[in-house]
Amino acid sequence: MIMNNEVIIDKIFKGSLRAVGLVLLGIPLLLLGVMFFYSLPSIKAFGFRFIVGQTWDPVKGMYGGLPFLVGTLLTSLIALVISFPFSFSTALLLSEYLEGGILANMLKSAIELLAGIPSVIYGFWGLIVLVPLLRKLEMTMGIPPYGVSIFGASIILSIMIIPYASTMSREVMRLVPGDIKEAAYSLGGTHWEVIKRVVIPTSRSGIFAGILLALGRALGETMAVTMIIGNKNQLTFNVFEPGNTMASVIANEFTEASDTLYLSSLIELGLLLFVVTAIINFLGRKIIERYEIKGDDGALLNE
Amino acid sequence: MKKRFAVFSVILLLTSGLLFPGGIREAEKKGNKTNSARSVGELLGAGATFPYPFYSKMFNEYFSETGVKVNYQAIGSGGGIRQLLSKTVDFGGTDAFMSDSDLAKAEGTILHIPTCLGAVTVTYNLPGVEPLNFTPEIIAGIFLGEIVKWNDVRIRKENREVKLPDQKIVVVHRSDGSGTTFIFSDYLSKVSTKWKDKVGRGKSLNWPVGLGGKGNPGVAGLVKQTPGAVGYVELVYALQNSMPVGNIKNKSGNYIKPSIESVSKAAKVELPDDTRISITNTDAPAGYPISGFTWLIFYKEQKYGGRSEERARELLRLLWWVEHDGQDYAEPLHYAPLPEKAVKKAEVIIKSVTYNGKPLSF
Repeated sequence: MIMNNEVIIDKIFKGSLRAVGLVLLGIPLLLLGVMFFYSLPSIKAFGFRFIVGQTWDPVKGMYGGLPFLVGTLLTSLIALVISFPFSFSTALLLSEYLEGGILANMLKSAIELLAGIPSVIYGFWGLIVLVPLLRKLEMTMGIPPYGVSIFGASIILSIMIIPYASTMSREVMRLVPGDIKEAAYSLGGTHWEVIKRVVIPTSRSGIFAGILLALGRALGETMAVTMIIGNKNQLTFNVFEPGNTMASVIANEFTEASDTLYLSSLIELGLLLFVVTAIINFLGRKIIERYEIKGDDGALLNE
Repeated sequence: MKKRFAVFSVILLLTSGLLFPGGIREAEKKGNKTNSARSVGELLGAGATFPYPFYSKMFNEYFSETGVKVNYQAIGSGGGIRQLLSKTVDFGGTDAFMSDSDLAKAEGTILHIPTCLGAVTVTYNLPGVEPLNFTPEIIAGIFLGEIVKWNDVRIRKENREVKLPDQKIVVVHRSDGSGTTFIFSDYLSKVSTKWKDKVGRGKSLNWPVGLGGKGNPGVAGLVKQTPGAVGYVELVYALQNSMPVGNIKNKSGNYIKPSIESVSKAAKVELPDDTRISITNTDAPAGYPISGFTWLIFYKEQKYGGRSEERARELLRLLWWVEHDGQDYAEPLHYAPLPEKAVKKAEVIIKSVTYNGKPLSF
């Protein structure tokens, strides 16, 4: 083989890309390893009971993470449900209806801006605007008017995650090949029929990937949630009650935790959050794979 | 030609800052004040957030006077203890003194000296109702979730002059671990056996009822926004933000309004030689019952980890200054200065510090 300059540069380039890939693979593994190591005292003390235990008592040294696990899942899933109509419709609007022009650009910028707002700001806004509104709502509903609640946190989260699902869905919808849409139009389809029967099925996996991205963001969000959720470390499924999430508890209690078991339990919560996020991502990818439409030759039609 | 002129004027602007009165000469002056300051570099401290404004002001003044820079990171009492145990700081700051078991874990004897006093006030949201009297039983009952309405007969009994509404009490506590919570729960554990058994004392608790707010501002915010709310905040915070605070019946039966004076009076009791004492539910007749010291912690034997004798001396000079001149900066910032007895105990402790087994002159 002739080893001239170009070939050597090529090899070096390929090699460095591979190295970067390995580093990126190594980081989550390292994270996992370190967290597992520091969680060991807590794992040894509580075992499986940590996941189902309902009491979080730093004074007595009893740590159970179920209230936070439920809180995280509840807030994230409700946020997803609330945000989906908005992210889906803006994606449709921007890909199928508003092709260009001032309104489209403004809408795109507004959505991107939502993603850029720091979560503390969302938290402040929530405390000053959303919580009093929720309090009024709760008073008319006849339930204790806390204002701060799982529901409040879910609303804030839903606003924060709209851009993630929206942008990804919009891109996939834009990439639907023009010829299959035209084919549908030529068969007499209306705009809505084309969307319903061609665009959406084709971009299904991308839309779902966007939802997954949004969910991942919601699961780990800390600051905005901790300001709105009420920080009550008791298990509840009532969304108008205050609750707590794994990320919020860790952020709140980590700096002052001075004994080993307490610290270890907090790190185990972090590990639990990591694992939950990983499982959801894994399941999500499996579902995406199932929805991919494969042609006769095995090639993916909607990749 | 133009480019060179531009570069020249930029350099001139940058250096003119140094040539101005002040600038290089001032920096030199401060450096020359103590040669040891320059050789030691910065003194490092970390810990409690409660006294941070006070420490920040003090260390700033100390730098102006002596040229020794002190870098204090308010990462929380837990962090302060951890950093001292891992010997990465010269001293730590903590609102809760280290327990015997914690001290046993340390490599070397750790000493505590108090720096000022803090207090926890009970604040509430009841427009038009002021003043409000609380007894230890009422406070424990509210925070245990047993007293649920403001017009409960137990509260009315202590407050005959005010009209209490038929309104649910919304309890607000801290969501983050804090020394404030420690002092508050320490007090409640002393005055209520039920609290002691059910909840206990600590920086983070398993609260029976209530919403959690992050930091003093979080609790204050929730209390201000929620009608019928009650919560606990640091005295400094309540004073600075003009929040309504309750008078609390102390051990001697007097209803004490929280203030710098009543907090200082709470410390006028016998102190142990190592100053590790909780002064909540104080015996002092005019003392505010939910008060506490905050401490600086450091090693008795200063020769460790390559520390120089000069560095140990600088630390002792700083600590001595904090106990004496530094106290002048407490009251303007709404912190209660130490009583004479506490300063005397601290002096003995500072003088007991050794380097390589020998006492240090500073």
